[in-house]
Amino acid sequence: MIRYLPRNIFRFIFLVLLQVLVLNNIQFSGYINPYLYVLFILLLPFETPGWLLLVFAFFLGLSVDIFSDTIGMHASASVFMAFLRPFVLQLIAPRDGYEIGKLPRVYYYGIVWFFKYSFLLILLHHLFLFSIEVFNFNSYYLILVRTFLSVIFTTVLVIISQYIIFRK
Amino acid sequence: MKSLLSFIIRYHYFILFILIECFSITLVVNNSDYHKAIFLNSSSNISGRMYEYVHSVSQYFDLKTTNIRLNRALAHLKSRSEIAYKRKNVEELKKTDSLYIKQYYFIPAQVINNTVNRQNNYITLNVGKNHGVKKEMGVFSSDGIIGVVKDVSDNYASVISVLNRNLKISAMVKHSGYFGSLYWDGIDYHYVIMKDLPNHISISKGDTIITSGYSAIFPKGILIGKVFKVNEIKEGAFMSVLVELSADFKRLSHVIIVKNQLKEEQQSIEKNSKYD
Repeated sequence: MIRYLPRNIFRFIFLVLLQVLVLNNIQFSGYINPYLYVLFILLLPFETPGWLLLVFAFFLGLSVDIFSDTIGMHASASVFMAFLRPFVLQLIAPRDGYEIGKLPRVYYYGIVWFFKYSFLLILLHHLFLFSIEVFNFNSYYLILVRTFLSVIFTTVLVIISQYIIFRK
Repeated sequence: MKSLLSFIIRYHYFILFILIECFSITLVVNNSDYHKAIFLNSSSNISGRMYEYVHSVSQYFDLKTTNIRLNRALAHLKSRSEIAYKRKNVEELKKTDSLYIKQYYFIPAQVINNTVNRQNNYITLNVGKNHGVKKEMGVFSSDGIIGVVKDVSDNYASVISVLNRNLKISAMVKHSGYFGSLYWDGIDYHYVIMKDLPNHISISKGDTIITSGYSAIFPKGILIGKVFKVNEIKEGAFMSVLVELSADFKRLSHVIIVKNQLKEEQQSIEKNSKYD
């Protein structure tokens, strides 16, 4: 567990900076924003204790919030996503379960598993994020459109990152 | 006690989730009340300084268009200034002006951070308390209005953009003088909606919309945009129109902050008459 710490801290800082300096400036047609920073939560090792997962997620969201003037929004969405991560992992577990020492990556469990895993969690995260951003249910159509377009974009980026940066 | 403890240990994951989530949502709710949590937003110094550094690089990409627009604004101002007029009567000019008092001061500023893709967008400027900026001052650019100052720190100011669902602005149809209120529906950053216009007035595509000057935040007559579409559906005695913003929010760089000298006076008298 401890040996993963330095690289995770580095990944945390890298993803937050990438998010606030580059990705927050990308929008297509006013709807689509990728939120790649959730990749940090996706890539945490399986044996990460639950409480640590939640604390990490909170600080991850809060750092993005501080830079984008959206106090609490990203924090609550990523905590929500982190909370559901163990349940999603259970739901899509391969037949032999998860082996200790392996990480949630395409390299270990294949593209299909990873796609299911990341798509589900990103969908939950974005749905929560966009709902809390609008804070009422009058414009649910707008929320759904924004959510689905952004989910597709974020998932594509997450999967591409698996082949470029986190190959192993 | 023991059973309570074992309950907490057993469900610690769920309890911790509820606690953190409640805390986060409290932050969201309090912040939309927009006076609290000031210390965490981007007018705070760490992120403000970082954005300023990034902006010092990224502003070079926009330099050419910014220069052209500044030049145009300068030409516009020059055409209004003293040198553009010929003196009619020398004696008249020697008199001291007791007819007018100066109501508005203008503070120039640069945008160092800006978004258009959220439901509630904010802009960060590189001026703050040290430059005389205060809460609830209006912000506009050479193209049109931009927003209203929300928070200030010593050297930075956070501005609620017109593209923010929490902001409403008093606006006026230039040629007829009818007024309504302007807000963003969160869909497209080019367009805002102006509502509460009386049903009977004639308004058509291309009419100019300006600030009304009723709210003591903006002077009267700052450009907002042009009518893009008149809504067919009437809401009782009122109707609404779609207004195309004249300022391009995707490329903001240099803006001007309005300081109204007489704002307190106007607000205090309005407050007094409210209780009558």
